[in-house]
Amino acid sequence: MTDKTQVHGRGLRRLAFAATITLIGAFAMVFFWTPNEADQGFIQKIFYLHVPLAIVTLCGFVAGGIFGFMQLRTGKRVWDLRSYVAIHLSLMLAVAVLITGAIWAKASWGHWWVWDEPVLVSFLVVFLLYACYQPLRFAIEDPERQARYAAVFAVVAGAFVPINFAAVRLAQAYTHPRTLGTTTGGMPGSMMLTFLISMLGMTLLFMTLWKFELTSKSARMRLSSIRRRIARETTTEQAA
Amino acid sequence: MPALPLDSAGKYVAAAYLVFLGVILIYVAIMAARLGRVEREITELDKLLEIRDEANATARKSTVDGPNSE
Repeated sequence: MTDKTQVHGRGLRRLAFAATITLIGAFAMVFFWTPNEADQGFIQKIFYLHVPLAIVTLCGFVAGGIFGFMQLRTGKRVWDLRSYVAIHLSLMLAVAVLITGAIWAKASWGHWWVWDEPVLVSFLVVFLLYACYQPLRFAIEDPERQARYAAVFAVVAGAFVPINFAAVRLAQAYTHPRTLGTTTGGMPGSMMLTFLISMLGMTLLFMTLWKFELTSKSARMRLSSIRRRIARETTTEQAA
Repeated sequence: MPALPLDSAGKYVAAAYLVFLGVILIYVAIMAARLGRVEREITELDKLLEIRDEANATARKSTVDGPNSE
């Protein structure tokens, strides 16, 4: 449609195809190839969905902060749009992370939620923090100020997110199911391979959805600008 | 807690994967609906431009022919 829209939409179809194939492959490996874990049994299959999704979500929030920083540095609106879409998408995926985490917690620990588990609570804090992003953003009408304030929020909140990763390492209380590198030597090769492919699939899915929303948003923005231009020209012609 | 037997663990695993699928499908459906709106607006703009071009052509013709050409 336009240069910018084409830039955002370039390679979208290929990316979507790659994400679909990788995720289908990963899930097939989860159920038909990877053995059941000794401690948790079949319920551990949630791990291949929940953990990559959580990592990609948190990386999405950090990416939103980096894009916000670029917006503050360059003043270009395209960085604001990228930051907004990354945070919006991560927020939506965070809902899935919280629900799948609660399901796993119920099956593993017998409770939907455990308040003294630092991983869960810190993720909830991050989620609630970002839940404030949209109300804050849309409370400001002036587009310039809106972009600037949203970028500042994205940068500060994005810097806070790595604390969540640190919390996973520091967690001692309930021993949240460990993912990478344990004292007993980590996961067996087949589990690690499945996890990595699932991780790749989630990353591709995030990139696909990010590009999809970015393309849609820039098309709508471009459309509104064309509509305004036509209205202005029509008014000028009528006046002449 | 000991590992759950397959018949009780299965429903939790299925629920988790279905939640993920549901969230993605809802998101894609919302985005598709928005894209549909963009398409409708493009069609509307196309029509608007056609009408405007026709009006411009008529105005130009009447200017070239002059008011007493008939």
